[in-house]
Amino acid sequence: MRIELEKRAEHSQLMTVVSPLIAIGLTLVCGSILFVSMGYNPIDALYAYFIEPLTTSWSIEELLVKAGPLVLIAVGLSVCFLSNSWNIGAEGQFTMGALAGSIIPVLFYDFTSPLALPLMVLMGILGGMAWASIPAFLKVRFGTNEILTSLMLVYIAQYILDFLVRGPWRDPEGFNFPESRIFDAAHVLPKIGEGRLHIGMIFAILAVLVVWWMLSRTLKGFEIKVMGETPRAGRFAGFSSNGVVWFGFLVSGGLAGLAGMAEVSGSIEQLTPVISPGYGFTAIIVAFLGRLNPIGILFAGLLLGLSYIGGESAQVSLGLTDKVTRVFQGMLLFFVLACDTLILYRFKIASSVKNMKEAGNV
Amino acid sequence: MENEQRSGPVTGGEDLIEAKGITKRFGDILANDNVDLVIKQGEIHALLGENGAGKSTLVKILYGALEPGAGEILWKGKRVSISNPAAARKLGVGMVFQHFSLFEALSVVENIALALPKGEKIEALSRRITEVSQKYGLPLDPAALVADLPVGIRQRIEIVRCLLQNPSLIIMDEPTSVLTPQEADQLFITLQRLASEGCAILYISHRLEEVKKICHNATIMRHGRVVGGCDPAEETPASLARMMVGGDVHDISAGAIEAQPGDVMLKLRNLSIPSDGAFGIELKDVNLDLRGGEIVAVAGIAANGQSELFDAISGETQVKDAYAVEICGVPVGKRKINDRRLLGSAFVPEERLGHGAVPGFVLSDNILLTRYKTEPSLIKHGMLNQKLATEMEKRITVSYDVRMSHDNPEARSLSGGNLQKFVVGRELDRVPKVLVINQPTWGVDAGAAALIRQAIIDLARGGSAVLVISQDLDEIYELSDRIAVISRGELSVAEPASEMTREKIGLLMAGMGEGKSASPAAKAGETHAH
Repeated sequence: MRIELEKRAEHSQLMTVVSPLIAIGLTLVCGSILFVSMGYNPIDALYAYFIEPLTTSWSIEELLVKAGPLVLIAVGLSVCFLSNSWNIGAEGQFTMGALAGSIIPVLFYDFTSPLALPLMVLMGILGGMAWASIPAFLKVRFGTNEILTSLMLVYIAQYILDFLVRGPWRDPEGFNFPESRIFDAAHVLPKIGEGRLHIGMIFAILAVLVVWWMLSRTLKGFEIKVMGETPRAGRFAGFSSNGVVWFGFLVSGGLAGLAGMAEVSGSIEQLTPVISPGYGFTAIIVAFLGRLNPIGILFAGLLLGLSYIGGESAQVSLGLTDKVTRVFQGMLLFFVLACDTLILYRFKIASSVKNMKEAGNV
Repeated sequence: MENEQRSGPVTGGEDLIEAKGITKRFGDILANDNVDLVIKQGEIHALLGENGAGKSTLVKILYGALEPGAGEILWKGKRVSISNPAAARKLGVGMVFQHFSLFEALSVVENIALALPKGEKIEALSRRITEVSQKYGLPLDPAALVADLPVGIRQRIEIVRCLLQNPSLIIMDEPTSVLTPQEADQLFITLQRLASEGCAILYISHRLEEVKKICHNATIMRHGRVVGGCDPAEETPASLARMMVGGDVHDISAGAIEAQPGDVMLKLRNLSIPSDGAFGIELKDVNLDLRGGEIVAVAGIAANGQSELFDAISGETQVKDAYAVEICGVPVGKRKINDRRLLGSAFVPEERLGHGAVPGFVLSDNILLTRYKTEPSLIKHGMLNQKLATEMEKRITVSYDVRMSHDNPEARSLSGGNLQKFVVGRELDRVPKVLVINQPTWGVDAGAAALIRQAIIDLARGGSAVLVISQDLDEIYELSDRIAVISRGELSVAEPASEMTREKIGLLMAGMGEGKSASPAAKAGETHAH
């Protein structure tokens, strides 16, 4: 007896929905094995990770704060990934968006007109787009592999941030801490309710709706999907492959930049050497877990947001290292990609020739 | 004489291989359903059937590339299990594939050495190659680089590679599909020689004439089952076709009258394109006038510039000289594909899946692929009118008899013939003024092929100009008013089909016309002539 993979005639609608759920299940199983091998009770650990954060309103709010940037970035990445461009550098575009969005609050802190915030939003988007346009240009002009260039630009962006907050942008009254000045109230995104939740989450929901509409209803979305799946057929349809590369990178860079600006202006309210717990990378998992569908990404963003909060809560209640969060996220991405196979293939158990012969005689 | 050769060895031949009750299922499809096949020593046995009839599955099982779901194989009367191609080779089964598996960067002897057991010195092997190849009239230079060799010679390498293992059975999958008629004749002599020495040959082909000419026995498959056997010599191509298709193949009527050529709708003037990359073909000074109401066919062996020519006319490749391509009197050399479509032209590429259609998209989305510019109401303010696309999909699938398992399926789920009917129907639905179609019925079953060919003829009789690029000479004769031959990127003068004999086409295919390709002057004289 052996197990064979058999190609389906068409994409399975059922598996499109079920395969991410299988992946989550497998991640939980393997996570439990991991906890046991570390000497923890898996039930306690999983409870601390995934249930405890949902028991207080504070942490639910915190979950939304974390999910906001993840969803925003992942929605942009879905456009890029669907068009078969591999922007791995959203973390860098996030950082550059945060830097560009901080120009007003750090350098022109006296400029407190109501126009300041919309301008900061715009600059954040442009900052992310500018950073994303570098790998796009290199790919279109020289055929460079965008996975490498976009990834390497992440580290450059992080060093620029580091340089600025330790050097020219350091708060003169900040006792030499590597931090920028704290943003003026006019430069802080409005809050929703009493706590830390800010309108960055609204940006994310808007992005989900607009990108969903674009992908499913417009010619542009059609073009992106055609070029992503079959570039040769796309050229036959008269679409430009370079145009699609630019579009994907600019949209994903712009949204990552917006997320960076919103994180700095809405949550941190100043620039610090580290402004992201790896949102740009985690968003890649979110995009795939959401099946590159903006609506799916909304849910996936909440789940991955939960893994951040859960990591913090498990650290407090069980003393687990926060590295476990990264392991969890990595396993999840692995299983999501593996389970994707089930959408176009199915398992078949091929029994031995003897059995088949009997079946054939029937 | 042929008959003598045919009957001679077979009468004394014993059963070499016998397949009993072979069954193989792929998902919902029963590719082989209780198939029986007997091949005797020294016979050339034809395996006939439409695409999807289950021939390839059966052959792969005999060659050990697939495991049968049920059934058994007897080799010289003993039950054997052929679990992989190495086991098949050990028994004495060799296979010559339709698509060669040769490394272009290596020499002939190196390629052959790769397939043989290790240990033989290259010099010794070279000597053996020369010996065997001369014995069977397949001259080969062991030191030649494969990249430099034409397709016919490459096939020889495959055959010689097979012969060096002293096979008792050689399986040949569509061996003549890439050969000129002259090369094919050469191959037949070799096959008959092999058969006379007792080697059996399982010969898979669509070309009924050939089967009639060289095969001693035929097994006919339809929908995964064996539906009969016959002596091809006693059949006509038409009766063989009937057995394959299971009913009379719909005859194609070319229309009552000879084509009445109208205005020039597509004009190529000194169209030249350098080759892209090492394996591209350079187009050299291609000239052609295609008139309304006529069908011109471009014959040629695969990879002689057909796809380059197609891309240059469709606009997927653009040229610097705007006047090199004119569609309906408008110079379009620099224009993009949709501008050319808007002038009234339509294109059907060779590759259905991945060029003409997106595999994972449903049919209505595949309608959008080529129609969104020419059908203004499909796109409003950048938004897709999916309702209209679905209506068009219904209309086209009904009028072109596209058979589907459910409404609006993904393109990849259709069989080759049905997808081709869809891809052709999508373009013909517009009633284009100029249609350029590359390999209209390649790998398509006879029923679908007849429907497509009839649709092409009807379009031309309605006044449109049609350019058919094809490797299938039967198809070319069936369809075309004039025939040109493309060879290494050069196109011969298109001459009336009645004047183009198979021999003449064969010579042109083999490159005899190169360097003397149609010049505008010769062309003008030729078109005035009729």
